[in-house]
Amino acid sequence: MSSPTLPPSESFKFSMLLSDTRYRGMSLQVITFIIFMAVFFWLVDNTIKNLALLDKDVSFNFLWLRAGYDINQRLIPYTSDSTHGMAALVGILNTLLVAFVGCIIATVLGLFVGILRLSKNWIVAKLMSAYIEGFRNVPVLLWIVMVFALLTEFTPAPRAFKGAEPEATMLFFESVAITNRGTYFPAPVLAEGAYWLLLCFGLSIVASIYFIRYANKQKKDTGKSLPKFWISVAVIIFPTLILFFAMGQPVSLEYPYLKGFNFKDGIHLRNSFLALTLALAFYTSAFIAEIVRAGIMAVSKGQSEAAASLGLRPNKIMSLIILPQALRIIVPPLISNYLNLTKNSSLAIAVGYMDVRGTLGGITLNQTGRELESMLLLMGFYLAVSLSISSFINYFNRSFQIVVR
Amino acid sequence: MKKLFLGVLTALALAASGTFAGTLDDVKARGNLLCGVSTGAPGFATVDDSGKDVGFDVDYCRALAAAIFGDPMAVKFVGLTSAVRFTALAAGEVDILARNTTWTYSRDTDLKQTFLGVNYYDGQGFMVKKELGVKSTTELDGATVCIQVGTTTELNLADYFKENGMSYEPVPTADNAESQQQYLAGACDTYTTDASALHGTRVNLENPDDHLVLPEIISKEPLGPLVRHGDDNWADIGRWVLNALVIAEEKGITKANIDSWKDTKDAEIHRLLGTGDDDILAMVGLPKNAMYNAIKAGGNYGEIFENNLGATSGINIERGVNASWTKGGILYSPPFR
Repeated sequence: MSSPTLPPSESFKFSMLLSDTRYRGMSLQVITFIIFMAVFFWLVDNTIKNLALLDKDVSFNFLWLRAGYDINQRLIPYTSDSTHGMAALVGILNTLLVAFVGCIIATVLGLFVGILRLSKNWIVAKLMSAYIEGFRNVPVLLWIVMVFALLTEFTPAPRAFKGAEPEATMLFFESVAITNRGTYFPAPVLAEGAYWLLLCFGLSIVASIYFIRYANKQKKDTGKSLPKFWISVAVIIFPTLILFFAMGQPVSLEYPYLKGFNFKDGIHLRNSFLALTLALAFYTSAFIAEIVRAGIMAVSKGQSEAAASLGLRPNKIMSLIILPQALRIIVPPLISNYLNLTKNSSLAIAVGYMDVRGTLGGITLNQTGRELESMLLLMGFYLAVSLSISSFINYFNRSFQIVVR
Repeated sequence: MKKLFLGVLTALALAASGTFAGTLDDVKARGNLLCGVSTGAPGFATVDDSGKDVGFDVDYCRALAAAIFGDPMAVKFVGLTSAVRFTALAAGEVDILARNTTWTYSRDTDLKQTFLGVNYYDGQGFMVKKELGVKSTTELDGATVCIQVGTTTELNLADYFKENGMSYEPVPTADNAESQQQYLAGACDTYTTDASALHGTRVNLENPDDHLVLPEIISKEPLGPLVRHGDDNWADIGRWVLNALVIAEEKGITKANIDSWKDTKDAEIHRLLGTGDDDILAMVGLPKNAMYNAIKAGGNYGEIFENNLGATSGINIERGVNASWTKGGILYSPPFR
């Protein structure tokens, strides 16, 4: 008796590509791919032809031409004599700055709000619900404009600080000025020997990490719990503080002061930056809070009851039992929120923040008329950043997941 | 199924490969003119209390529409920000851009556009609050400056402060309205843009007398209408409608007296108004009385200026260099022959 798995003896016919289940799957994929490529090439070809019709070519040479415009917030040296490429780079760094700071604030706030929303205290829980619903259900652009309007309309102009009896005064011992152009903080100035201080500080942090590891091991082996937090804070702060005074205070603060139209010196956080970062962080934190809540609720109630019956206190239950398990559920959707925040930062132009959309995709595009090229570069940039963020967090996430088999 | 797919593909290909030649025919077929104007520049293009588009640029487009259709209302105004105006023109969203746009070399050549002439000789100025006590732009060292993104003023500003060894902090804004709001809130010390727009903005502020447009003009800003490269006939039409308005002022032809020139001995007026024998406007595909209609729409250049920017409008900009060459200005049209 012959085996039923042997192929039929009839010869291959062309129609079998569609009628025979053995080939159908493959041939459909090939057809789909051909159609996709045809449409893709048709679009590219069409674009090139129409550009030629408009007498336009595709060239990225403009990136090496003089930009000619100034940018207010720059993390690297840039003047109007720099190239369009440098202007794009300044914008990229500004975008990354907003994304980085925004993600940190959003995570901290989101974690806080998400946990408190589950609080047994009725008022706290309802307040957090109101926070989440308020931010989540209003378009983020409106929040950005709203925060910006609050910052510019309800704060004094630098001029108000002038005169013998000024209308406005600086806060915290004359060190911080909140104006309608931004907030000015004292800036640290590093004198000679300051690098030793930084080195000492870095070593202290390393030491505290080793201490925490030791404390964890101690607890695992003997069950004795050391006051980890206070000891590591002391390890970080005191050696640096002692060295600071021993070396004769090599780091001083440079205070902002009013000169002419504006405050000079110090660190200037522009209102455009503050508004954009805060609004994006508030908005995204509402989503993160919901993810945190969902993650916590997904951990079986039996876990917290079992922990309670072992005599653990509520905050210990949260930090030792619930959160580590919830984290596995929380992290994957967190990525998409980080990506959203980063991409939403392209709304910066609404408040005049010069991110990459504002420099490369705004002024440069306008002055050079290279729409297609600028937009392609922009899309490439956001794609690269998003992919980097998600691959980084995916790597991080893998270390959390339970390894099954 | 396959046929349907091919059909769709062909239709898409045809739709996407439309060319821009023959703008006049497209406009005639559509029945109205698409004119790109500012989203709100007092005196140049705004919407009045009754919802009607008014302004210096608006009146030019009405004259052009009147020349083509005999009807000054056969025009649809498309509000464009400074950032999208050139893209909109290149993509064919508008037939002509009359949006107080500065004529520069790179816009003319690299952006592939054709400027039709200059309808307003402008320059970049600064507006400050009087309480600042600033009397000259040279006192603006360290100032925060509100500026519209994507304009030539941005480049002039950078060059001017650099040349004079002064520093400044730019506050970029999307349009005139946002600049104005930021300026009033004190988020910037001074607002810079074309002086004409500053005058226009100032009179619309709550207390115009609290604000001062500084006397210095830091750049040449010849403003004019423009079209895409590639359709010379369409460019000629736009250019000569503008010239006709200038010639009309020179000759004293106004909206009111335009019908009283039938017996004049001036051959150029006959050619212009189409009251003579030769029909030279057929060369560009316009009716014989096209320029008559254009002038009849909103008056000659001088009348349009007075109604939108001059004393009648309340903005009170002096004619200055924008007066006809016969009156000491530099407005000069080639002969209509």
